[in-house]
Amino acid sequence: MTFAILSALASHWRRNPLQLVTLLAGLALATALWSGVQAINAEARASYDAAAATLGEGQFAQITARGGGAISQQTYVALRRAGWAVSPVIEGRLDGVRLIGLEPLTAPSGLGPVRVDAGADLGAFLSGEGQIFARPDTLARLPDTGAAGVASPDVAPNTALTDIGLAQRLLGRAGQIDRLIVAPVQPLTRQPLSDVAPDLMQSAAQEGGDVARLTDSFHLNLTAFGLLSFAVGLFIVHGAIGLAFEQRRPMVRTLRALGAPLGSVMALMAVELAVLALIAGGIGVGLGYVIAAALLPDVAATLRGLYEADVSGQLSLHPAWWLSGLAIALGGTAVASAGALWSLARMPLLSGAQPRAWAMARQGGRLAAVAVVLLLVAGGLAVWGSGLIAGFAMLGALLIGGALALPPLLARMLRLAEGAARGAVTQWFWADTRQQVPGLSLALMALLLAMAANVGVSTMVSSFRLTFTGFLDQRLASELYVSAADTAQAEAIIAVAGREADAILPLLSADQTVEGLPAQVYAARDHATYRENWQFLRAVPDVWDRLARAEGVLINEQLYRRAGLDLGAMVPVGAGVSLPVLGIYGDYGNPIGQVIVTEALFRDVFPDIDALRFGLRIAPDQVGELRAALRDQADIPDAAMIDQAAIKAMSLAVFERTFTVTTALNVLTLAVAGFAILMSLLTLAAMRLPQLAPVWALGLTRRRLAGLDLVRAILLAALTGALALPLGLALAWALLTVVNVEAFGWRLPMYLFPLDYLRLGVLALLAAALAALWPAWSLSRTPPAQLLGVFRHER
Amino acid sequence: MNAKVILLAILLPLQAAAQGFAGLGAAVDDFAVPVPGRALEFPADHGAHPAYRIEWWYLTANMTGPDGTPYGLQWTLFRSALAPRDGQGWETPQLWMGHAAVTTPEAHFVAERLARGGIGQAGVVADPFAAWIDDWAMAGPDFDQLRLTASGAEFAYDVALTATGPLIRHGQDGYSVKSAAGQASYYYSQPFFDLAGTLTLPGGDIPVTGRAWLDREWSSQPLAADQTGWDWFSLSFDTGDKMMGFVLRGTTDYTAATWISADGQATAFPDGAFAATPLGWHEVAGRDVPVTWRARLPDKGVDVTVTALNPDAWMQTSVPYWEGPVTISGSHAGVGYLEMTGYDE
Repeated sequence: MTFAILSALASHWRRNPLQLVTLLAGLALATALWSGVQAINAEARASYDAAAATLGEGQFAQITARGGGAISQQTYVALRRAGWAVSPVIEGRLDGVRLIGLEPLTAPSGLGPVRVDAGADLGAFLSGEGQIFARPDTLARLPDTGAAGVASPDVAPNTALTDIGLAQRLLGRAGQIDRLIVAPVQPLTRQPLSDVAPDLMQSAAQEGGDVARLTDSFHLNLTAFGLLSFAVGLFIVHGAIGLAFEQRRPMVRTLRALGAPLGSVMALMAVELAVLALIAGGIGVGLGYVIAAALLPDVAATLRGLYEADVSGQLSLHPAWWLSGLAIALGGTAVASAGALWSLARMPLLSGAQPRAWAMARQGGRLAAVAVVLLLVAGGLAVWGSGLIAGFAMLGALLIGGALALPPLLARMLRLAEGAARGAVTQWFWADTRQQVPGLSLALMALLLAMAANVGVSTMVSSFRLTFTGFLDQRLASELYVSAADTAQAEAIIAVAGREADAILPLLSADQTVEGLPAQVYAARDHATYRENWQFLRAVPDVWDRLARAEGVLINEQLYRRAGLDLGAMVPVGAGVSLPVLGIYGDYGNPIGQVIVTEALFRDVFPDIDALRFGLRIAPDQVGELRAALRDQADIPDAAMIDQAAIKAMSLAVFERTFTVTTALNVLTLAVAGFAILMSLLTLAAMRLPQLAPVWALGLTRRRLAGLDLVRAILLAALTGALALPLGLALAWALLTVVNVEAFGWRLPMYLFPLDYLRLGVLALLAAALAALWPAWSLSRTPPAQLLGVFRHER
Repeated sequence: MNAKVILLAILLPLQAAAQGFAGLGAAVDDFAVPVPGRALEFPADHGAHPAYRIEWWYLTANMTGPDGTPYGLQWTLFRSALAPRDGQGWETPQLWMGHAAVTTPEAHFVAERLARGGIGQAGVVADPFAAWIDDWAMAGPDFDQLRLTASGAEFAYDVALTATGPLIRHGQDGYSVKSAAGQASYYYSQPFFDLAGTLTLPGGDIPVTGRAWLDREWSSQPLAADQTGWDWFSLSFDTGDKMMGFVLRGTTDYTAATWISADGQATAFPDGAFAATPLGWHEVAGRDVPVTWRARLPDKGVDVTVTALNPDAWMQTSVPYWEGPVTISGSHAGVGYLEMTGYDE
């Protein structure tokens, strides 16, 4: 009996191979995009975690020099001898590889993912030529140091770990330490830090690494894409399964009439779907791997350029990833088929054997009501909601509500057009289009979501690019940036630049805690550079004059939002000095708070901090000469000088990379939507014959009918696109002003990119036209006998 | 396994059967080897001997508080060399490990420190004497007047030590044989320290007075390969006499003892003269450890029961072991310290 039912069920797919392909392809594509994006995110996060674990960020408090810069080894020993359980870390670049020196005897346990295979030993790590732990590809990039390379896949990408002694030697920084890791448990009789090393400061363990927080917005984009692609894919699957079940209703009735219990039929259909889901899921995960592997180098380059985050460019395969891909394929199939199975289960044995495809129109009213409720919820959340969860809930309600509202809206628009139409053919065209909407609605919803996602995400990315490049122009106003290794070199720079450059702007900073949040205090020299370039989100009148008179401070947006410091609020600058806020400026990409004071005040409050970095103003065409003068007269290596043009070019190159990724995902989601339209049209084609045959019989040629079908597809896509635009902009608004602020502490201004939207619209029309081309062509080639057959008694 | 565990694996391989307890039976390689007949020289020999693989400055003390409560205290600095040379900076192969403990009848507090040599974080200078690791120190103008400090997360101590007797050379003028196969170390003690100072415990500061015993030992292979652990006794009798005795557990046990008369005369006893038998066991840290012993040195009429003040005096350090104060009854009465190593889980 089981076998008989199974073979009957399978016969449907044999007779309708296209449906089978639709189902498998839709599910595979959905799984592929979802798992591909997940793979990229997981790889990046694993890289951040490895880096954070290496340095103990997030787990342990750290001690650093107050003005930045190195800590002497004597200070480290003095701290140990004063009872501080701290461990030294030195960090630098060796041929581009991040080299980290650790001290294994004092490092808190669990720090450093150095795993040693059997046979490796600490003697080799600490003595002789030493050992360097890194991934094999990183080891290959390191110069020959004499130390033995040990391949360890758990070390962060582009990072090499070794003993602090060897690291100091390789970096040419004998006796220097960059920071101290503070063990969680400290001895009872520890002396205060200010007594032992007053120029050092302790900062608390951070929740999550800096890099992980910085890159959150980037990964949010990717995740949004993955989720939307999956939703689009599920619409396809839902459509395919719905259709297959519709068409099999007579077969199910027959099977049951022959004595097959409903339970068995249902169970076997579920098994059949599960098998299909597993096959499609397997294909999808494989495709996802291909997508991820193709995109990961670009993603890694973007992250490295944008955030200096080292992410592996190589994808590693995790069993958990395969399993989650299959699970989501199964889950998606279950969601997509639940309704179809339910209606089948309630089907009376002797009736309802006719296809119910057009009955879907009756559900229109109910769907419209749900859509209205969801959109109201989204609006309510936008106005009254707070927190990241509310933000995401709003996004979900907005998108699903928008998708569900599409069929009723389309029907209304078409009815209006129909009312305005003159002539029989035109009226028939509108009426027939309206009648097709229920059958095409799932594919059109997929198109709507894909387009809305594209508009939303590309608006967010482009707005970020505009804001960030504008921010770079503001921040990188000096033509040349120079770093000194020590105060002697700094004086040499001032001497040379005093003669050659138009202005010297020292870059001074100190770490400080404001309202319990980590922050940095910066000094600003009273100079036209700042007055002309800086823009404020909010500011008092004459802000620069008042700042120069030390009447207040400027703070960044992060501090304004997180600490709730508005204009006029008092901000502690250090050593008993508190000043009111004069202005608030945007500071994108920075995870912590920032306070700007005038240079004279900074030098009063932090007399021990010397400027080691300088911004130099000079006519752009003289930058080369200034570089040469600094190199020859002040002995500044080229690596310590970077000109503005180079920084900006690098930043823009980074954004081009980001766009590569965004564009690739845009094209993929549109392709999925186009595929959905194609499959819907193909499956509808056969069912539409009874409606077309009379029109053909009245004199419209097959060619004309096919042309009208093509126009209809493009028209529907255009209408859908018109509705997708406001939905996409609402999505962009939600991402920029709700999710971004909640997640990262800054609000990006939203810019509109009409040309981009136009291009996207054309692409969508093209996708719809391509999808409609084949069904239209086959309609134009339908044998007249087949059309005539409609008028026979049986069909 | 992180870097730290790797370190300990090399520094002190745990009970690897072929290498004796804590790697002390490992092969000598290029390290110097103790030889009989070399006279100990002071103050030079108070300092470090980097040519030897392993060395320690090991102080234990029995003390009482104002209300008569007995306390025990331990301060140990171990030196372990990866290669038989010294040097400046991170390149030096000399590694240091400190253990400190305070034992009360109810509680046992332990702390451990690890350090590299060559950068000033830990080391020993012979004259004026100073031994230190981090903020722990045992230092003074000379070896007879020392100030001893240590601290952990829950405890600290700061005590003064004053020697009231001579240094004691164990074995053959300080050459102490550890196995029938001839493994040996240089070993001398200062068992005559008077102690006064303060213990800082979770309940507050406690002024204490008592007696302390400092052991100095260095070697490159003090144990035979088959020796898996030892039971070491330092006993101070009410008569003023003292006794050091140890049992090295191996295929066959090896024992040795030194009788120290109240006036500072030392008599060494060869293998077999001293005997110790467990009388009562206690489970601590998942292991069964003998915390009551019958110790005998028939030549001196010693037949005593040695009982731990606190049976839970387990040193949960990189290389775990039992170390704590004891009370003595039987033919003699008194107090002392007991150290037991190599008791596996």
